[in-house]
Amino acid sequence: MSTDQTVDTAVDLGLEAGIEGRAPIHEELRGHEWLWILRRAASLTRTRIGLAIVGLMVAIALFGPLVAPHSPTEFVAAPNSGPSSAALFGADALGRDVFSRFLHGGLTVLWLSAAATAVGIIVGTTVGLVAAYARGWVDDVLMRGNDVLLSFPQIILVLLAVSAIGPKLWLIVLTVGMTHAPRVARVMRGAGQEVVERDFIKAAEVVGEKRWRIVSSELLPNVTSPLLVELGLRMTYSIGIVAAVSFLGMGLQPPTADWGLMINENRLAITVQPWAVGLPVLAIGLLTVGTNLVTDGVARAAIGLDRGGKS
Amino acid sequence: MSAAEAVRPASVDVDELRIDLVGAGVDVVDEIGLQIYPGEVLGLVGESGSGKTTVGMALLGHVRRGGRVGGGTIRIDGRDLAALSDGDLRRLRGGVVSYIPQDPGTSLNPALRIGTQLSEILEAHATSMSDEQRQARLREALEEVALPSDETFLRRYPHQLSGGQQQRVAIAMAFANRPRVIVCDEPTTGLDVTTQARVLETVRDLCRSHQVAALYVSHDLAVVAVLADRVAVMYAGRIVESGPRERMFSAPRHPYTRRLLRAVPDIAGKRTVVGIPGHAALPGGRPQGCFFHPRCEFAQQDCREVFPPVTDLGAAHQVRCYHHDRAVQEAPPEGAGQADQHAIGGDAVLAVQNLDAHYGSRHTLFDIDLVVHRNECVALVGESGSGKTTLARCVAGLHKEYTGKVRLGDDVLPEAARSRSAQARREIQYVFQNPYASLNPRRTVGQTVARQLALFHPGTKGDVSRRVAECLERVALSSSAANRFPDELSGGERQRVAIARALAADPKLLVCDEVTSALDVSVQAAIIELLGKLRQQMGLSLLFITHDLALIRTIADRVVVMTDGRIVEQGTTEQIFTAPRADYTRKLLANTPSIEVALGRVAAPSA
Repeated sequence: MSTDQTVDTAVDLGLEAGIEGRAPIHEELRGHEWLWILRRAASLTRTRIGLAIVGLMVAIALFGPLVAPHSPTEFVAAPNSGPSSAALFGADALGRDVFSRFLHGGLTVLWLSAAATAVGIIVGTTVGLVAAYARGWVDDVLMRGNDVLLSFPQIILVLLAVSAIGPKLWLIVLTVGMTHAPRVARVMRGAGQEVVERDFIKAAEVVGEKRWRIVSSELLPNVTSPLLVELGLRMTYSIGIVAAVSFLGMGLQPPTADWGLMINENRLAITVQPWAVGLPVLAIGLLTVGTNLVTDGVARAAIGLDRGGKS
Repeated sequence: MSAAEAVRPASVDVDELRIDLVGAGVDVVDEIGLQIYPGEVLGLVGESGSGKTTVGMALLGHVRRGGRVGGGTIRIDGRDLAALSDGDLRRLRGGVVSYIPQDPGTSLNPALRIGTQLSEILEAHATSMSDEQRQARLREALEEVALPSDETFLRRYPHQLSGGQQQRVAIAMAFANRPRVIVCDEPTTGLDVTTQARVLETVRDLCRSHQVAALYVSHDLAVVAVLADRVAVMYAGRIVESGPRERMFSAPRHPYTRRLLRAVPDIAGKRTVVGIPGHAALPGGRPQGCFFHPRCEFAQQDCREVFPPVTDLGAAHQVRCYHHDRAVQEAPPEGAGQADQHAIGGDAVLAVQNLDAHYGSRHTLFDIDLVVHRNECVALVGESGSGKTTLARCVAGLHKEYTGKVRLGDDVLPEAARSRSAQARREIQYVFQNPYASLNPRRTVGQTVARQLALFHPGTKGDVSRRVAECLERVALSSSAANRFPDELSGGERQRVAIARALAADPKLLVCDEVTSALDVSVQAAIIELLGKLRQQMGLSLLFITHDLALIRTIADRVVVMTDGRIVEQGTTEQIFTAPRADYTRKLLANTPSIEVALGRVAAPSA
């Protein structure tokens, strides 16, 4: 550097020197905290185990119907008969192949849960962030309404709606999603309240940005880490509730193959033919354990537990 | 140094201290050598990241996580800290060597009464004392810092005290066990000038009367000039110059010390502050040779090769520079030139009339009248709680609970920014205090500036990136900064981005709310320089909110002094500084630390 530089060019040169001196950040991840969190989460053992389990269950649900030896409604053996050459895991209460029904029965659980989670996250995040930003009476009305919904167990509200209107799949998605929403909203409001206090929100107000724009492009990008954790958590709960609704006979109707329904249909013969109940129970259990492990990894990565502090 | 001190052993003797970052193979600080004698205050000065706090902590036998003592010795009262066990170190801390923290609000336990906190520290160290003796000492400790020592006060909790009182309690705790050494880590940073002056006086008196050796860590040169007997200047983990106070401030030798002094505004006179170009190097990114050479106007080939050894200039004045002789000859030690004069137009850009503001049921501003003319810089000064920021927010439309009028030109503005016209919003732009919070961390600098352009100049679709580059150029940032996220920039750069964003709207009035208080002094000087330049180029008016009177003397044309929500005095800068009328203004001036006054070059303003 020459000794006679003006202040301006020196500041420029200094800027570059200062940046080069800092720790390198993965170029494609700059500014995208959620990608950064996912990458860090993926390096944790618990996340990897979770991903393997979820991957396996999704593969079974997606490709199971293609490799199933029988049709899910075909009678292949004597009712409640044990494993045989005709039926790998035996037959169910009506004599249908347990293994084939197991392979066919995962897809509905998965897509219903995913759709319900999406509904819950979208509605909940919107309500939570609007409440955090608006404050005052809007906040009060939204959050007290939330409290009313929170006071009912999720399954009760879902069963209420389904028994009133009927066992429609769209209704299950909607009601499960809507019972998630207040829970998501409460978390997102908390996360948003912290961000709302920061000066860049005021900077946006002072130049007259529209309210929806402040919520969507100033607030939302700054709450991605709790959002990721909520996404995983609500997915886990969705699987449980959707399976429970099916088990109670409020979801898919016979003779469709569905894990929750299978447990219900075969529970009386559990001592005679444990596979017909055991296989779907195992599947649902594994799936929730898997999504929970992934969520746990993401949460750890988000708060920096994975490397002893966020740099 | 007198002969007496040569005989008396130093209370603090640090030799060749090196602290490493574990695993990185680089040092945070190295080759640190300092001695402090009983009753002496050593001011350790440096900008953020220079390692001054690391050195201060090392005297307490503490190294921050991720660091480790890599060499050298620290002797406190003759004892080598490295040789002490953890238990001995614990007994040393708070007993032989104690600490006054930066923020008493976080260092006092909020759940314990003042009396309990004080007796805890006495019980831990003065184990041979009887309960009555401890009670007596406790009261004595509080009286020394001019706090009441009655039962009511002892039963208070920290939150029931003001910031100044909390800091006094912290000082009382530090001195309670009659330590030999005390480490002060910027203990007055969060305090108002009046409180700061009293706290500084207390610390100095206690050090003198109890013959305590003090290390006073600070970034504030004026405070150090008031308090310290000797001064050491740190840059990038090295002490580059040290010496007696008078010599350090009147005849500094190191180019960095000299540049630093040129960056400091002073209440004693209007002067041009000059920033230091470039950045301080971080551990791991420091250059070969002298660490300051990339920013130094006297750098030669030898500076690029080996870090300069210590040169003893006599009279305990030491400097680490090859070319300190040239530095003295070629550059004036401080900004002697007068600041620029601006042509101020007659018409008012902003007029505030009979403004009263409330926060809920609290009445915070009373009958405010204020005018800012074209191209004028009006400084709004006051201590915390004076209402100056509320006033600025009323002007900007961020605080809606007010009565009275805010006029922009001829128009009376609605209260809320959202109900104001786009033109009004464009013409008044606001720059926030903390550049770490005022930029959205999820947007690049370019996106932030482009959004402002899209809001106020929607015609500029095709050539947005060129316009963004122009805006950044105006604040002396390179166009490559457009791709950076805020957390990849330094504080000074972020504040430049915030200013660039404001300027992108093409405003008439820039409201600057303590825009330099989060920044280092050399960075502050660069921002002040920039604002001055922009004023001339763009004909901007400034409403400059600050608590720093020295800064006002440099930048403002007119000054408005506020306290408790009222304006107590308005006048031209010269009037306010040379012939203040209000008692409050006189008190503020008398309590603001000044290098010039501390060295006796100018008379102290009378309170």
